[in-house]
Amino acid sequence: MSIEVRHISKSFGNFTALHDVSLQVHDGELLALLGPSGSGKTTLLRIISGLEVPDANPDSEILFHGQSVVDCPVRHREVGFVFQHYALFRHMSVADNIGFGLRMRPRATRPSKSEIRDRVGKLLKLIQLEGFGDRFPSQLSGGQRQRVALARALAVEPKVLLLDEPFGALDAKVRQGLRTWLRRLHDEIHLTSVLVTHDQDEALEVADRVVVMNQARIEQVGTPDEVFHHPQTPFVMEFLGQVNVFHGRVSQGKIELDDPFVSEHANVNVGSSPPAVYARPHELDIQRESTSGEGFYATVKRLHLAGPIARVLLEAENGGDVQVHLSLERFYELALQPGVAAFVVPKNGRVFEAASKMKLG
Amino acid sequence: MVWRFKKHSVLPGFGLTLGFTVFYLSLIVLLPLTALCLKSTSMGWAVFWETVSHPRVWASCRLTYETAAIAALINAVGGFIVAWCLVRYDFPLKRVFDAMVDLPFALPTAVSGIALTTIYASSGLIGQWFAPWDIKLVYSRWGIIIAMTFIGLPFVVRTLQPALEDLDKENEEAAACLGASRWQTFRFVIWPTIIPALLTGFAMAFARGLGEYGSIVFISGNMPMKTEIASLLIITKLEQHDVAGATSIAVVLLVSSFVLLLSINLLQWWSSERLRGVS
Repeated sequence: MSIEVRHISKSFGNFTALHDVSLQVHDGELLALLGPSGSGKTTLLRIISGLEVPDANPDSEILFHGQSVVDCPVRHREVGFVFQHYALFRHMSVADNIGFGLRMRPRATRPSKSEIRDRVGKLLKLIQLEGFGDRFPSQLSGGQRQRVALARALAVEPKVLLLDEPFGALDAKVRQGLRTWLRRLHDEIHLTSVLVTHDQDEALEVADRVVVMNQARIEQVGTPDEVFHHPQTPFVMEFLGQVNVFHGRVSQGKIELDDPFVSEHANVNVGSSPPAVYARPHELDIQRESTSGEGFYATVKRLHLAGPIARVLLEAENGGDVQVHLSLERFYELALQPGVAAFVVPKNGRVFEAASKMKLG
Repeated sequence: MVWRFKKHSVLPGFGLTLGFTVFYLSLIVLLPLTALCLKSTSMGWAVFWETVSHPRVWASCRLTYETAAIAALINAVGGFIVAWCLVRYDFPLKRVFDAMVDLPFALPTAVSGIALTTIYASSGLIGQWFAPWDIKLVYSRWGIIIAMTFIGLPFVVRTLQPALEDLDKENEEAAACLGASRWQTFRFVIWPTIIPALLTGFAMAFARGLGEYGSIVFISGNMPMKTEIASLLIITKLEQHDVAGATSIAVVLLVSSFVLLLSINLLQWWSSERLRGVS
C-alpha cells in the first residue's frame, strides 16, 4: 500500500510543525523520517495515521494507494501505530493486548475466540515471546513490551505500519538488537512502514529511504547512501555525522582552506565570502610535513583509539577544533602524540551555495 | 502474610513514626470506640438486644443505610460526569466550577440544611415544580437523599480527578488505531483503570452520608419510623438520659459501617491489584 501526502501544513498556535510538506512512500518500503526534535517528523506521522488533522488547505491531500483518506477517521484507516512509550493496556495480559484489535471488531467481521487465540499465538512466536501470553506488561522488559506493542499493531493486519521513535526509550544494546530484528521482520512481511527517529544511525541502518526533516520542512529524500554521501544542504551534512567547517575557497577543483570555524555550526556562513567548506573527519588527512603546500597547520590535542578507526582531535592556529578520522595503519605510520604539530590536508570537501550545491574532490 | 520491616532505608525514623502512629490512632480513634463498646456491654445482652431490636431503631438504621447508599450511587454517577468534564475539557469558568465542588466540604452543615430546605420546600425554587405532582422533596426520604447527595459529591469528584488525570492519552490513541470505537475505548480501556478510584469515592461518599446529621435534621422532618435517621435517634435517646440505649444504637452503626467499608475497601484493593497487572 503506497502512501502519498501533498501540501500538508500543520501549526499549533504560533508554532509551525509542518510547512507545505509533500512526500511519497512506495509500496512495501521502509521509510525513515529523520530529524531533530521539533522538526515535524512525529506530526507528519500522526497526520498520516489520522491521529492529527492537518490545517485546512484545498491543495492538501493524503492518499493511501491513490485513495484519499482525509475524511477517514483513525479507526477505519487500518494503520498500525507503535508508540515510543509502548502504550500497552496495563490491565490486560500480553495475549489480551495483542488480541485487542480483533476483539473490538464488529460482530460480523470478528474472528471466533479460537481464531483469535491462534492468531495471538502466531504473533507471540513472531515476536519471540512464546509462553509470555499470560504475563502482564509490567512483568516485561522495555524491549519485550515494545515487541508486544508491535504484535498488537500487526494483529489487525494493517495496511501500513507507523512507528513513532519505537526504540527511543530503550538502552543502546537492546536498541541495536531490535533494530536488526525490525529490519528482518520487514523483509519477511513487506508491510509499507514509516519509522520516525532522531537517531541517524538507526535511520541509515534500517530504512530503504531516509527523509531528513528540519524546521517543519523536508531537507532531502534519498537512500541512506545518497543522503550520507551526497547531502544537498549543510543541515543534512551536519545532521548525518560529524563535520568540520572551514573558511576557504574552491578553484579549479582544488580546495584551499583558510581557517576552521571555531563554531561547528554551518549555517552561519552559507553564501557569504569566503564560503564555507564542509568536510567529514574521514575526508581529511594528516601529514607530518607540508609537502604540497596544501592544508593548514594544527596541533594534536586528543586521541581516541578505542574503535576500528583512530579519531584525532587537533587545534588549529585560530583556536578552532578539527576532527580527523584515520585508519589505524595510517595513524601508527604517522606516530602522532598529543602536542605534536602536523598539517591537515583535505582529500574531499563540499561547498553549499545558497541554492545549488557543488561537489568537489 | 509475614509481618516484617521493610528493607533497609536511607531515611531513618521508622520506630519514631510507628510509635506516633500507634499512639495517635489509639488516642483519636481506638480509645473512644473502645469506650463506646464497653459502655454498651455494661448493660448486658438482654437490654442491648431489647433496645436494638425495637422497630423504631430498626427503621431508623435501615433508613440511614438505604438513603446513604442511594445518595452515594447518585454521586458515583453524577460525580463521575463532573470529574470527567472538569479533567478532560477546557471551558470558560472551569476554575469556578472546580472550586464550587468543594463548597459542601466548607459549608457548616446547618447552613446547607437550611439552604436545601428553602430551595426544595413546596414553595421553594425547585420544590414548587414538584408540588403539583404531589411529590414532597422535603420532610420525606427524598429530603434525606438530597442532603446526603449534596454532602457527598466532593468525595467522589476529588478521588476521581487524579485517576482521570493519570489516564494515558496514548492508550486511547492506540485503541483508536486498533479499530475500537469511542464507546469500546471507554468500556475496555478507560473504565477498568478508574474503577478503583470510583469505588473509593463511592465508599467515602457513603460513609459521609451515614455520618451526616446537621443538614438532614432540617430537611427530613424527623418523623419516627418514617424520616428519622439513626444519628437523630441517638440524640433523642441521650436527651431522655437513656445513655445505654444511645450507645447500643451507636455500636450497631459502628460495627455495620466498619464491615461495609471494609468490604468496599477489599473490593477496591482487589480491582487495583488487577489493574496493576498482578495475576
